[in-house]
Amino acid sequence: MKSITIRKILLAAATGFMTAFTSLAASAADPFKIGFVYVSPIGDAGWTFQHDQGRLEMEGKLGDKVETKYIESVPEGGEAERVIRQFASDGYGLVFTTSFGYMNPTIKVAKRFPEVIFEHATGYKSAKNVGTYVARFYEGRYLAGIVAGSMTKSNVAGYVAAFPIPEVLRGINAFTLGMRSVNPEATVKVIWVNSWFDPGREREAADVLIAQGADVVTHHTDSTAVVQAAEEKDGVWSVGYHSDMSKYGPTSHLTAATHHWGSFYTKIAQDVLAGTWKSENIWWGMKEGMIDIAPLNSVVPAEAAARVEEAKKQIIDGSMHPFQGPINDQDGKEAVAAGAVMTDDELSKMEWYVEGVEGKLPK
Amino acid sequence: MTETVIGILLATLGAGTPLVFAALGELVTEKSGVLNLGVEGMMIVGAVCGFAVAAESGNLWLGVMASVLAGTGMALVFGVLTLTFQSNQVAAGLALTIFGIGLSAYIGLDYTSVALTGIANIHIPVLSDIPVAGPLLFSLDPLLYCSFLMFAAIAYFLYRTKAGLLLRAIGESPESAVSLGYPVIAIRYLAVLFGGAMAGLAGAYLALVYTPLWVEAMTAGRGWIALALVVFATWRPGRVMVGAYLFGGVTIIQFHVQGFGVDIPSQLLSMLPYLATIVVLVLISRDINAIRLNAPASLGKAYHPSV
Repeated sequence: MKSITIRKILLAAATGFMTAFTSLAASAADPFKIGFVYVSPIGDAGWTFQHDQGRLEMEGKLGDKVETKYIESVPEGGEAERVIRQFASDGYGLVFTTSFGYMNPTIKVAKRFPEVIFEHATGYKSAKNVGTYVARFYEGRYLAGIVAGSMTKSNVAGYVAAFPIPEVLRGINAFTLGMRSVNPEATVKVIWVNSWFDPGREREAADVLIAQGADVVTHHTDSTAVVQAAEEKDGVWSVGYHSDMSKYGPTSHLTAATHHWGSFYTKIAQDVLAGTWKSENIWWGMKEGMIDIAPLNSVVPAEAAARVEEAKKQIIDGSMHPFQGPINDQDGKEAVAAGAVMTDDELSKMEWYVEGVEGKLPK
Repeated sequence: MTETVIGILLATLGAGTPLVFAALGELVTEKSGVLNLGVEGMMIVGAVCGFAVAAESGNLWLGVMASVLAGTGMALVFGVLTLTFQSNQVAAGLALTIFGIGLSAYIGLDYTSVALTGIANIHIPVLSDIPVAGPLLFSLDPLLYCSFLMFAAIAYFLYRTKAGLLLRAIGESPESAVSLGYPVIAIRYLAVLFGGAMAGLAGAYLALVYTPLWVEAMTAGRGWIALALVVFATWRPGRVMVGAYLFGGVTIIQFHVQGFGVDIPSQLLSMLPYLATIVVLVLISRDINAIRLNAPASLGKAYHPSV
């Protein structure tokens, strides 16, 4: 949190004075103000933590040229609109809104402040001054799947998932495909907890999956409860999400599919400063460094680690795509023909399970 | 198969225990005629204080004590408002919950996602090796045993002791109790504080045993479920236990059903614990006269000693 010191007030007064008389000279010396809206507290791991790491990386790279400020735990909806508007009217030239539910408030405020640039994460509505950005989370999931597939003995992985939306389904499918690429016997059991965030339930679901024979568990929810559940059981591994969660499962955490927003934030800020920014729908992946996986647990055999490294290289140079055919759907019907690759449009509308996922997809 | 069943039963105990603590505490409070809707708030402040103290001191039991004290402290605020200043219990309770959620987020700022090893299970030698009964009864975590003890103690206290009778009498008719010379306000204070301590323990169970971590709003509505349990259990401790484990059990079973791939929409399954608990408790306590008999007659009404 920022505290207003007398020095800052004087500074502000001085710059205000300067702008009034020599507006051009003063504005060149002013740092460019960039705002971030976070949906949860930053903490030590998770979605918001990764965004904040990106903010810090951008600050580090651009130095005095920018000044950033964040507001955390902003609920999606009406309150978000107030916070975003506040940034815009306080002279922030660029605002990142980092949660899906900020979509409508962002668009609404952007209309009122056409000179301010907004970047909204994971949404699908853009405008002249609103760009969107999202990562190819599934690439990290695929690699994590390879690790899980090489470690499982029961050939069953458990997946604690929040809501059946395309983003989550892409993750489940990519993880399953990754597992089966090294272990064709492997299956994935999914439990829907119908909540992004309820550590108790996430924990219960993980316990159930383990009781039903899963010896690797992963999650698409926001807490670290699943990793902790695995840590308490012998012979059960976990795969984290968002951040490296090895701290919560020192022995059981195999790897994690992680997000890295720093280079993206830096590029956008540079573009805006240079006046070359335009509204785009950005979908970056491993190639651009937005997605990665956390360092592998030392128990992972070298052979498996090499396979992961190989697949990573192939994804980066484009010679392999996690969703390249042939892919069968859950009922064994061909969903993607051999040689074909799912388009971004198809990926963004994914609403089916690949072969190897157990259970019926809730509609 | 036996292992799956044992797994389900163990998970049920774990899922039900925070509800047992919170609901039994609220039951005692309500039996004295005071309705405290602040259970969720007391629980979450208990959770964060317990976690913070455990993380700082490295001693989990100090953490549990801090949870109990924090829950009691929150209840004291409620007591001062409603018993000393006679303000509206419903409004004060709701305010306590909202305040508790905010306060816990503030206290927990530095503790979000700190890693902590939770309280370990006790494996009673020899007994824990008995098949089935061993894992189910003799190798649980200490707070779970504590919840069994609390249940027995509360049931005994309410229905077998003079003090319990007095507490219930105050809940029925504070005027009569005061005319017999009993300190109604003081006893209600004790009942409220006890409820707070139990809600704090429920928080401790969540933050130190069940999911040893602190995250904002981690109680996720369990305080409200505990409140509902007390009403649907018609203020009977035994039925509170049935309700809490039923709720926990159905939650776990619906996950198992999903895991086995049974074709029922998960959204519908998520609803089941609530539905099943309400239906069962309403069925076992459908006798309207018994409800009247069990419900504290003065529940929720401020008592003015001067009148």
